[in-house]
Amino acid sequence: MSERVPVEVRVNGEPCSAVVEPRLLLVHFLREELGLTGTHVGCDTSQCGACTVLIDGRSAKSCTVFAVQAAGSAVTTIEGLAEGEALHPLQEGFWEEHGLQCGYCTPGMIMAAASLLKENPDPSEAEIRSGLDGNLCRCTGYQHIVNAIARAAQQG
Amino acid sequence: MAANATPSPGGKHVGQRLKRREDPALIRGQGTFIDDVRLPGMLHLAFKRSDVAHGRIVRVDTSAARAMPGVRLVATGADLQGVLPNVPVITPFPYPDHPAVTPDKVRYVGEPVALVVAEDRYQAQDAVEAIEVTIEELPAVVDAEAALRGEPTLLHEDFVNNVALRIISGTGVAEAAGTQDPEAVDDRELEAAFETAEVVISQRMVNPRIAPSAIETRGVVAQYEATRPYLTIWSTTQRPHAHRRFLAAALGLGEHQARTIAPEMGGGFGAKKIYGEDFVAAALSKQLGAPIKWIEDRSEAFLTTTHARDVIGQIELAAKRDGTVTALKARLVADIGAYEMLLTAFIPTLTHGLLSGGYAIPVIRSELIEVFTNKMPTDAYRGAGMPEAIFFVERSMELLARELRMDPAEVRRKNFIRPEQFPYKTAAGNEYDSGEYERLLDATLELAGWEEMRAEQAAARAEGRLVGLGMSFYIELCAIGPSTMFPDGGWEHGSVTVERDGRITATTGASAHGQGHETSFAQVLADQFGIEPGAITLLHGDTAVAKQGVGTVASRSLVVGGTALLMAGSKVKAKMTRFAAQLLEAREEEIEFANGEVGVAGGGKLSFEEVASYAYAPQQLPAGTEPGLSEEAFWEPPGMTFPYGCYIAQVEVDRETGEAELQRFVGVDDCGTIVNPLIVEGQIQGGIAQGIGPALTEELRYDEHGQLLTGSFMDYAIPRASDLPRFELGVTVTPSPLNPLGAKGTGEAGTIGATPAVVNAVVDALSELGVRHVDPALHPEKVWRLIRGGER
Repeated sequence: MSERVPVEVRVNGEPCSAVVEPRLLLVHFLREELGLTGTHVGCDTSQCGACTVLIDGRSAKSCTVFAVQAAGSAVTTIEGLAEGEALHPLQEGFWEEHGLQCGYCTPGMIMAAASLLKENPDPSEAEIRSGLDGNLCRCTGYQHIVNAIARAAQQG
Repeated sequence: MAANATPSPGGKHVGQRLKRREDPALIRGQGTFIDDVRLPGMLHLAFKRSDVAHGRIVRVDTSAARAMPGVRLVATGADLQGVLPNVPVITPFPYPDHPAVTPDKVRYVGEPVALVVAEDRYQAQDAVEAIEVTIEELPAVVDAEAALRGEPTLLHEDFVNNVALRIISGTGVAEAAGTQDPEAVDDRELEAAFETAEVVISQRMVNPRIAPSAIETRGVVAQYEATRPYLTIWSTTQRPHAHRRFLAAALGLGEHQARTIAPEMGGGFGAKKIYGEDFVAAALSKQLGAPIKWIEDRSEAFLTTTHARDVIGQIELAAKRDGTVTALKARLVADIGAYEMLLTAFIPTLTHGLLSGGYAIPVIRSELIEVFTNKMPTDAYRGAGMPEAIFFVERSMELLARELRMDPAEVRRKNFIRPEQFPYKTAAGNEYDSGEYERLLDATLELAGWEEMRAEQAAARAEGRLVGLGMSFYIELCAIGPSTMFPDGGWEHGSVTVERDGRITATTGASAHGQGHETSFAQVLADQFGIEPGAITLLHGDTAVAKQGVGTVASRSLVVGGTALLMAGSKVKAKMTRFAAQLLEAREEEIEFANGEVGVAGGGKLSFEEVASYAYAPQQLPAGTEPGLSEEAFWEPPGMTFPYGCYIAQVEVDRETGEAELQRFVGVDDCGTIVNPLIVEGQIQGGIAQGIGPALTEELRYDEHGQLLTGSFMDYAIPRASDLPRFELGVTVTPSPLNPLGAKGTGEAGTIGATPAVVNAVVDALSELGVRHVDPALHPEKVWRLIRGGER
């Protein structure tokens, strides 16, 4: 294996450093090195979006980013979204509108929605749906997810 | 509420849209899924899998893999012979041996050939890549109908012409479960029905092979403790108790020496039960004295998590010119893949039982042939044999309507089982519990604005647009039980404990994975005890917590598991009543449960905590009463429940691209009593999306060499949010008489009903091009070719 290299990333506001293999994926860095297991792996090939996190405020699929590529960046995961006890409006929305069933796609779905609402704070239903094209949910049929995001947009 | 009464649908909490109690952890990323389970000293397992569909293993060279960093063990199928039992199957019929890691022959792409255990997952995968397998290829059997002629070869020597099972059922067959002896069948009634038919519809239809596609793949963590000895195994399984039973046996342990924990699970849909990888992980944990973890990757999931459907039906319908169906005959060929998994052979047999749909069809006959091919085995997936049946019936009804130039709604209306006919025993053998089909059809037509839809369609067609309308009326068979109907037990188990502080801990054997049991079951118990749902915790998914269980499968949890909890609750209430009567010096008949208290109307009241603290430290035991407030119950349903619904789809096909845009989807469902409307809506909507997928885009395709061509979410297209319209949904409520809740089940409804509605709509859109039938998935390429062919 190639030489391990140091990597420093700000994760959910905290500086984090580790010495890792260059091929280590960001999602495995978050899950295995930092113990942030809220970010999930669904497809390994960036179609399902379960691994979506924010890198410097923009959504990214952490299964297709090496940890070293995120060096020097600020990464936000689902664990960093709530302000202490206070849920983020998207988390509230998903709870209120039954936007999740098994909950496996949910962290990635919420992070993708956070990025979507940042770019477009008042999206139409069609814009919400197309904004979720990178995220797959097998349980809900998406309708309650769309409702959850629309609700969060109104609250935001 | 009287002491032993069960809740009525109008209870305070049953029927409320309660937010789920499961969600606060999940929306914070604090769920514990299988890949989140980490144990000290844990090693990682990875499999070398066959990239050939059929062949003899000549050599497996593991020397390079053994020398790689972090590698602790490399083993081939031959090394494991005698160490592991075969992958388990529950069936009364003969089935072939299925080793977890094959020692000699490979029979599908993805079959495990060797394995590596290493210190981390990257190292394990690196070493797997270094294993070299030499296989002498045999011809691959990929076409089920050719396989039936034994072509090009046999998969298993003991199964002539690759036939796993041939079974004839229905009219003229004496045995309710069907017969394997064609000589024992009386054809007279069937032949008479077709001879006297005024119109006969005959169509070959294919229900393609599809992938359940839970977003979380499978996984297992096994920890064997040699000194006790005891196996603790975390697994993505919908059936923890069956899992424990088979895993314990695999290691030569008793069930008392094993514990299965199903952690939070990222979807199951019928496909997550018991697999060979779990056996391997458990055996290697014993061998290496360390916890072993295996997590499936998505490529493995497409290749090796059980597939579904893949049934070719030759359907014939006999009818009168007024639309009355007089007989239905089906020949079904099910491509079950290379081996049998837990319920592989059982699932296609469920198709026969729903061939009556919602209709009073007096004569029904089916012949089912299950055939081995060089593909991944099939097993249960949302609907499990039922979507096939309803697809065949509802496509046939549509063809009949077209043949007779009748409104598709009216053909269905003509044949409905009428309310006064329930309980209704169909010619396919099932007894339907209750239903008001015509009322629901009318509700659907009104919600859709059926007449306006038809007028708008006519106007669109006049402009040359390919707009189609499709309808389906589905029946779902739920609450599988009693045990005579379900090969592994048709009951469910529950327990209710009123703790010393008056709060309730309940357990259920129905292990949830997204269905919201912790919320809805608490609503049921809250009404039974007259307390708030927040005072109740439901535990499940761990065989050390829920003593027994069958599992969350077949839309049975609320009906069977919910009722088992009610039965346990009734026993606890009876004891609480005795203690309270003693403390209040009242008669037991006077004791009521209301507003969180136990007492006499207009008289003395006790809190739950007061009754419980006395029950756990009684100063004087009521006669014949044990201390404590903890009871359990098994409940076996007297029969199955049959929810139903009607769906209408509108599509427009783009002539240039062949893409069928789903513009509207309207539906009304009846699943009996609804405990939590929010959860039921979620189940219905998710189910509909899973039915739309196979209609339009989802199809597993193997090439002629048995290579899977659709092995990623790029090639196997499950619906995205932008592929779906906003569903327009309603309900009617016709309670089931077969359980105290009046519930019927709802998990598979949408999936069963949506596929035929959407396929019917696309065929309708293409009908002016002369298209009479086309098999799903109706992806743009297939439709584009039809348009090109049709216009030439």
